[in-house]
Amino acid sequence: MNFSNYEMIAAVILFGIGFSVLLLDRNLMKKIIGFSMMDSALYLFLTSIGYVDGRKAPIVVDGITNVAAYINPIPAGLVLTGIVVSVASSAVMLALTVRLYRHYHTLDIDEITVLAQKEED
Amino acid sequence: MHMALWQSIPFACILLPLGSAAVTSVLKGKGARRWTIAVLLAEVIGAAVLAVLMASYPESYPYRMGHYDAPWGNMIRVGQLEAITAFFFSLVMLLSLLGGVKKLDEHVVAGKHNLYFVVMLLLTAALMAQVYTDDMFTAYVFVEIMTIAACTLIAARNRGKSLLASTRYMIMNSIGSGLFLLGLILTYGLTGHLLMSNVHDSMRQLAMTGQYDIPVTVAFALITSGLAIKSALFPFHTWVPDAYGSTTPASASVLSSLVSKGYIFLLIKIYCRVYNLDIVAEAGVTNVLFVFAIVAMIMGSIMAIRETDIRRMIAYSSVAQIGYIFMGIGFGTEFGMMAAMFHIFAHSASKAMLFISSSALIDASNGNSSLKDLQGSGYRNKLAGIAFTVGALSMVGFPFLGGLISKINFADAALQYQGHHMMLALAALAISTWLNVLYFLRTMMSIYSKQGTEGITYAAKKNNPALVVSLVAFIALNIALGMFAQPLIAGLMRGLSLFC
Repeated sequence: MNFSNYEMIAAVILFGIGFSVLLLDRNLMKKIIGFSMMDSALYLFLTSIGYVDGRKAPIVVDGITNVAAYINPIPAGLVLTGIVVSVASSAVMLALTVRLYRHYHTLDIDEITVLAQKEED
Repeated sequence: MHMALWQSIPFACILLPLGSAAVTSVLKGKGARRWTIAVLLAEVIGAAVLAVLMASYPESYPYRMGHYDAPWGNMIRVGQLEAITAFFFSLVMLLSLLGGVKKLDEHVVAGKHNLYFVVMLLLTAALMAQVYTDDMFTAYVFVEIMTIAACTLIAARNRGKSLLASTRYMIMNSIGSGLFLLGLILTYGLTGHLLMSNVHDSMRQLAMTGQYDIPVTVAFALITSGLAIKSALFPFHTWVPDAYGSTTPASASVLSSLVSKGYIFLLIKIYCRVYNLDIVAEAGVTNVLFVFAIVAMIMGSIMAIRETDIRRMIAYSSVAQIGYIFMGIGFGTEFGMMAAMFHIFAHSASKAMLFISSSALIDASNGNSSLKDLQGSGYRNKLAGIAFTVGALSMVGFPFLGGLISKINFADAALQYQGHHMMLALAALAISTWLNVLYFLRTMMSIYSKQGTEGITYAAKKNNPALVVSLVAFIALNIALGMFAQPLIAGLMRGLSLFC
């Protein structure tokens, strides 16, 4: 078998790891790390789709105007936008975690759930 | 192509709240509140004008942002369906905010009120952008903005439980966004386009040649599941009761009636505009959606019956109603989509009203929200009692109200579909309606029973004018949806045919 799309395989594995950590881990910090990992995996996937072996970024420096010499710049642009979005999301999640920690003095979401339930009663 | 001035309304509807969000961040609480209400009013008027004009406009039109044509400029597409939806969404947004605005003084930390309005405006902008955009990636960006804004709205009430609910919401929604983005990237990889109309052409070619059959289905399934998770379809609903039940009423009603509906609208748009409805039906993803929807309709109602807290009960009822909407989509037919769209309107009008009025009823019962403590609250706050009754009756499908028309539409869509779907859908509709009657009737009996109220003194609370306006307008809206459903249905059908 001849694999050439290592990046995509790596991306899918990373996505799986991030996804399961985000969903299953009890520690809020680890959840956020999982989230970042999942998003980074997506950007790796997107970049690898956009990259063609041996071609360059479409910035004309040596006078080559042939389209075949360059890669499609849109995926890179999308990745940049996506990174901004995921930074914002992780910032919100981190802020929430800080507030939860101040309130309950723990990062374990199950413990927090129990404490919140007690607080109500 | 020359563009008339009115054709810029959709663009203004996105830009105005986005810019105003920046302005309100430096205003004081009161100024920010006035500004936000004015902006939302402008949104409603703008969308109403657009809806009227689009009704006589022969087709939908692409808006050329900055006078660049489609592949270069970012694209907005406007048709009758978008205009009607934008009108409805901004109207419900305005009324929800008016209804809950007084409670913000109590629930939001002093000195941070203007931030609440910033978030509200960002949410409006994101909602409008999702309604109008024709670009998949723009849709993704605004989906994320909406998620963050909604998360902040839940956390706005400074209370441990709201924070926890907000975190849960964020976790579930991040998973949904991740799946949606993965599907979007796959679609982009397969077709090389992000504009919906271009993707559509490539998809049709792929379908004709039978190439990449499995990747197309996978991408489609990922997008569907991502958006379904974000809009709280049944097994992914765990954050719903805590989030809607613990936060401030304005947030709860906006979240339940608009945020989840924004994602569903986007999903319908992707079904119609990106994939064709016949490709959708062939892929079989809608069948899965249909099964989930049926389970949601019944399970949501059962969980609502078991709940004794009024706001959590309404939240669980939302889970069931989301199931109704997904059932319409699950048929995969144009009429099914129309039924889903109509129910989006009917449900958002009644659910927002239920949240606002239940909060007023809770206020009239010394702040207690369990059904037992609410006894007689319908007498203590008459307007809220009437509003709750109208909303509940609409949910159970009482004549002259929007909910009944929805149920008729769904039954109609089921009858047109035939086969197993029809029997399942009709059975689920019947069971779910019966369960709805059970818990809403119980609640209504509770708020109108004098039993057990002797000897308790209730702190008298007067309705503030904003709340009165909001409730009266909501009641009128619900009745209008039931009485004048035919023109709306005709408009939706026409909009959908321009859409697909």
